[in-house]
Amino acid sequence: MAEVYDILIIGGGPAGLSCAIYGSRSKLKTLVLESSRKLGGQVADYHEMENYPGVVDTTAPELVDSFEEHAKKFGAEFARGEVAELELDGFIKKVRTEKGEEYQAKSIVIATGAEPRKLGAKGEDEFRGKGVSYCATCDADFYVDLDVVVVGNGNSAIEEAIYLTKFARKVTIIVIHEEGKMDAEKLFQERAYANDKIEFVWNSTLEEVKGEGIVDTAVLKNVKTGELTEFDCDGIFIFVGRVPSTDFLEDTEVDLNEQGYIITNDEMQTSVQGVYAAGDVRDKPVRQVVTAAGDGATAAVMSQSYLEAEEHWRENVLKTDKQVVVAFWNPTDNDSLDTLQTIEKLGVEEDDNKKLVKIDTYRNTLITERYKVTEIPTILLIEEGEVVERLTKPAAEDLEEVLS
Amino acid sequence: MLELNKDNFEEEVLESEGIVVVDFWSESCDPCLELMPEIENLAEKYEGQAKFAKLNIKGNRRLAMSQQVMGLPSIVIYQDGEKQEHLSGEDLEASEVDEAVANYV
Ligand SMILES: Cc1cc2nc3c(=O)[nH]c(=O)nc-3n(C[C@H](O)[C@H](O)[C@H](O)COP(=O)(O)OP(=O)(O)OC[C@H]3O[C@@H](n4cnc5c(N)ncnc54)[C@H](O)[C@@H]3O)c2cc1C
Repeated sequence: MAEVYDILIIGGGPAGLSCAIYGSRSKLKTLVLESSRKLGGQVADYHEMENYPGVVDTTAPELVDSFEEHAKKFGAEFARGEVAELELDGFIKKVRTEKGEEYQAKSIVIATGAEPRKLGAKGEDEFRGKGVSYCATCDADFYVDLDVVVVGNGNSAIEEAIYLTKFARKVTIIVIHEEGKMDAEKLFQERAYANDKIEFVWNSTLEEVKGEGIVDTAVLKNVKTGELTEFDCDGIFIFVGRVPSTDFLEDTEVDLNEQGYIITNDEMQTSVQGVYAAGDVRDKPVRQVVTAAGDGATAAVMSQSYLEAEEHWRENVLKTDKQVVVAFWNPTDNDSLDTLQTIEKLGVEEDDNKKLVKIDTYRNTLITERYKVTEIPTILLIEEGEVVERLTKPAAEDLEEVLS
Repeated sequence: MLELNKDNFEEEVLESEGIVVVDFWSESCDPCLELMPEIENLAEKYEGQAKFAKLNIKGNRRLAMSQQVMGLPSIVIYQDGEKQEHLSGEDLEASEVDEAVANYV
């Protein structure tokens, strides 16, 4: 049989790499599947990195290189492949790539991030590589002493516009909002206003890209008046937000929100047990490297405790021919301590046909929730995987009756 | 892979017979640097069938723009000096280049 991974991480950006560090350091068999040639996700495509805590002087590519080195240090494995399909029912889950390779894992962490949103302007696709760009560090060199347009007004758009001023003669930012209003943080707004090379066109969006072979004109549309203006430029950089990479989840039970982001709880768990999501792909308010890394760590730790609980349950309860006495308890609850004592006195542990399994409801929420245990102590008698008796807060006599 | 520049581009590409595949790149373009080794593999694969060459746009910017290349990485396929196809984008894969070249050899 093919190898079965404990954690299979889809996507090798900051969230996936952080998850790999935590997973492999805990000695879990960890695999990262990444579709592109290079690890690092979005971070490989820009330069400035000023807000990752504890790393004062760095660049985005440098930071993410050390993420990669760190993940490799503890033995995480890496493979290249674009995940196209998931089979999530059952304890062992299957992951298939576009090229048809198949991997198996007991838990899955989806860390596929988000990709640049296309604007959908006329000519946008046609002029890609010929003046329309989504990557400033890739293409800035072309625009030394030329005029460029940046479409968008969020953090990335403004940051990249500032970066482009190191090359271009003039950078014009096309903002859809009213004059003075941008989605970017104040800090970026102030830097943009203070930069002599930056100009703004407000209330506007890109309607069409024109040119003879290469871009020479951006047709701008005023969103208030509908008026179209032709704007001479040599290049158009589009940063109008991102869309989550979740197409491959369409046929699964993993719940997405309206925009296609994955819905999780605070433990990064999705609507499917054993499947977690981390980073930009998740429905959440702040999408940054540090939050992606935090998500990745949480997902790894939660998936480890899921694996422990699930494997313990399978091994001790489902795979035995004895009658299993499952006691849901909690060390801080006196009643449940008394009940455990009663069970021990009844000699369950000496009985060759019976087996006692204790579940601490605080630590093992997986099994507690699965069997809908809301009060402790609760005792279940399980035979061949089926519950045959259920006792909630039983008196000593009740226990005696069913156990002896 | 042959290094192109202003001085030899005309002769090696535009006046060259057969298939020429040009990889436009620059030092600051990470996706270009990642793609390069795979393009070098393709150069070996198509040895004798197509000529593979690379052009660093640093210092050759005007030349690249004359070929209507303004985004990296860009791979342009020429046949008998005529531009046939231009593949581009930071997510460009060597397999896409392979497929495109296969149509001409
Ligand atoms: C221009 C720009 C500037 C930014 N500046 C900053 C900044 O200064 N500070 C900061 O903290 N944050 C910044 N961010 C945000 C930060 O980069 C993201 O929040 C972070 O990269 C999210 O990490 P992630 O791992 O969740 O996703 P991503 O970085 O998007 O990584 C996801 C990975 O999954 C892979 N993938 C996708 N689909 C599949 C699939 N089907 N199969 C296999 N692999 C797949 C992708 O190839 C990618 O490598 C910036 C973003 C941009 C665009």
